[in-house]
Parts: sequence; structure tokens; C-alpha cells
Amino acid sequence: MTYPQEEVDGKERGEKPMMKKNNKRLETKIEGIASSIRVVPHFPKPGIMFQDITTLLLNPKAFKNTIDLFVERYSSMDISVVAGVEARGFIFGPSIALAIGAKFIPLRKPRKLPGEVISERYVLEYGTDCLEMHVGAVQPGERALVVDDLIATGGTLCAAMNLLERAGAEVVECACVIELPELKGRERLNGKPLFVLVESH
Amino acid sequence: MLHTSLHCRSFPSPSHLRSLVLSSRLFPSVAVRTTPTLSLRRSRANRSIAMAATEDSRIKRIASSIRVIPDWPKPGVMFQDITTLLLDPQAFKDSIDLFVERYKDKGITVIAGVEARGFIFGPPIALAIGAKFVPMRKPNKLPGEVISEEYSLEYGKDVMEMHVGAVQPGDRVLVIDDLIATGGTLCAAIRLLERVGAEVVESACVIELPELKGRERLGDRPLFVLIKAKGV
Repeated sequence: MTYPQEEVDGKERGEKPMMKKNNKRLETKIEGIASSIRVVPHFPKPGIMFQDITTLLLNPKAFKNTIDLFVERYSSMDISVVAGVEARGFIFGPSIALAIGAKFIPLRKPRKLPGEVISERYVLEYGTDCLEMHVGAVQPGERALVVDDLIATGGTLCAAMNLLERAGAEVVECACVIELPELKGRERLNGKPLFVLVESH
Repeated sequence: MLHTSLHCRSFPSPSHLRSLVLSSRLFPSVAVRTTPTLSLRRSRANRSIAMAATEDSRIKRIASSIRVIPDWPKPGVMFQDITTLLLDPQAFKDSIDLFVERYKDKGITVIAGVEARGFIFGPPIALAIGAKFVPMRKPNKLPGEVISEEYSLEYGKDVMEMHVGAVQPGDRVLVIDDLIATGGTLCAAIRLLERVGAEVVESACVIELPELKGRERLGDRPLFVLIKAKGV
């Protein structure tokens, strides 16, 4: 049986605009997110263009789109743990965890977490810092997502991943709102995938 | 397996309606709805009891998921650790839902969360009710122009900062933190917000330590908490 020509054309025509529409919607969302991020020059020191996400948080629609984009990606990846890096990872991580039914684990600066912790030292531009996680928060075999607002050199995310892997978890992916590609943080993640919404050059 | 305990509890067991009425008189700020009559024949009474029982069971689960760490950060302090609440997705969701249910129809335009644990509870509430989220931070963390408020600690002082322009005069604000102890931190947050002309509608915390009299320090500023606990 042959279909009337208009119907075939209509079906084909119908699919493309649909996909284009979805991509346009995604583009609009990402643009909205990117444009709501404020750049503050020379903070915390001269020469640094600081990516300030607090202005994103002042735009409820853009903030919601941010969370929704992460949730859409991770809701069917069987993630049981979302680990957020202090302090701006605490702003994005819990909402993602709540939406996908995962635990939220705060990864903190030293001496903030009470009780037994494991620590991971990491290198800064000048000196070292330390990230801590509660013993027992993560079980071996759990699938984990690491969340922070931004990836620069990747040192912090690397330390976060190490903590989770030392506890026997599998780090599925790292997720950030913003990436600064020139600082090559992506290469520092030991081959772990990185997902970001906005690149800033 | 993380140790969870029932050291902190504001609700008696939900087995009897009278106990629900009693608890709302002892803890007027705690979220509990009671019916005016013991009659179970009217369906409205049934629904209220069912709702009160549901709220009560949510509070119980939240309370029992919070871990108490003795002698941290120093001897004599019983530290209320909410990280174990965050490891129980249902309990964490319930805690957010209880706040959202209370605030969604109150015309709140801003949720101000106190660093760092206020950053965990504030944003999900803000997202659910369509409000802005404003982080209240330790010094030198916020880039750009800030206003600062000094406040007293047990020993010494600390400073809290907020971005200039984040909050407008007339904004209706909810202040969020995980816990109120002496109330010093919350008071500093409230002062910052009032200095820019906002109306602080209420302060909300998961836990209150009543013995430390934070509620009194807030004076006539309303405070809503899910749980009251012994902290010392």
C-alpha cells in the first residue's frame, strides 16, 4: 500500500522542525544561563576574570534551567550519590540529588565535618589545600556524580574524585556549570568524563 | 553504617491525637496541624488527622536521621550533624517539602541562605517556590561590591557579607540555616537584609537548640523550625 504523498512529506517535514525546535530551546536555555553569569574583573587578584554564579541564582528561571539540564542528563544514569564541593557545589548538588533520588555528600574544607573523615591533599597555584569526606558516607560500588560550580585547573575536582574512589565508589562523571577550557582542567580528570553547560574563554 | 540517633526529638509518638494537641502547645512553632475535635466521624477531621500524622511521621524520620556527635568541635558540645539527613533521600526531600508547604503562598521573593549549610537547604526551597537565592557569606568570598555585618561569637567576632544589589527594598525574604544555636548568625543575616530595605518574613532552620535561647535573641522576629534538640 502506498501512502498519499502529502502524508509522507508531512511526516518527514514534521520530524525535522521538531528536532530543530528542541535544539533551539536548549540553545535558548544555555544562552539564558550564560548571560546571567556575571564576570568580575581582578577578583580575587589582578588578572583574574572571576565567573560569578550568584547572579544566576538571582534569576529563578535560569537557575531552574541549570538544574533541569543536569537532572535530564543524570536521572537515568543510575547515580546513587551526588558529591558537592564546598561551598558553591552545595548550591547546585542538593537540588540535583533530590530530583534524581540520590544521596548528597558534602566534600568540605578541613575541620568542618564532625566525626571520622578521610582527607585528600591537592596542589593549588601557590601551596596546597585539603578536601575531606565523611567515612561511611559512600559505600563501595556506588555510582557517584561530582558537582561544582566551575572547573578551572581541575585540582579540586581531582581531589574530590580521589576521595570517592578511595571509598570504593565509581565516579561516573564530573558536572560543572562553567568550564575555563584554557586552564585544561578536563585533562586533569584521569580520563573521567566532564559535563559542563557553559564554556568561558 | 552511620550511627543515627533519636537524641533530638520534639514529637511524642503519634499514637494518640491528644499527644499531637499537646505537642503543638509545647512547641507552637513546630509544624503540626491539629483538629479541634476528637470526633473521627467527619471526613474533614479524618483528613486533618491523616495530614497531621503524615507530617508527624516525616518529622520523626527527619529527626532520627540526624546524627549527634558528642564533644565536637569541643568538649561538652553535642553537635547536630545534618549530613546523615542528606544521606536519606526521603528524609531530605521531606525536610524541603515541609518548608515549601509553609512558604509557597507567602509571597516570598528571596531565600537568603547562610554559608555553608544554609546553601544546602536554601536553593531547593527557592527553586520550588520561584524565589531568588542569595548566599550570605564569610568575608572575602563574594566577588564585587558587598555590605558587611559584624557579629559576636562565644569568643571573638565574625563577619557576614551580602552582595550589594542582590536584594531590593520591599523584597520579602526568608532566611535559612541548618540550625539556630545562640542566634548570632541569624541576627547578622537579618540585619544585613533589613539594612537594604528588605522585609524579613521569617527565619527557618531544620534544628533549634532551645537552651541556647536563639529564639529570644531574634526577639519579635518569627522563627520556624522542624526539630528542637538538646545541644549541650
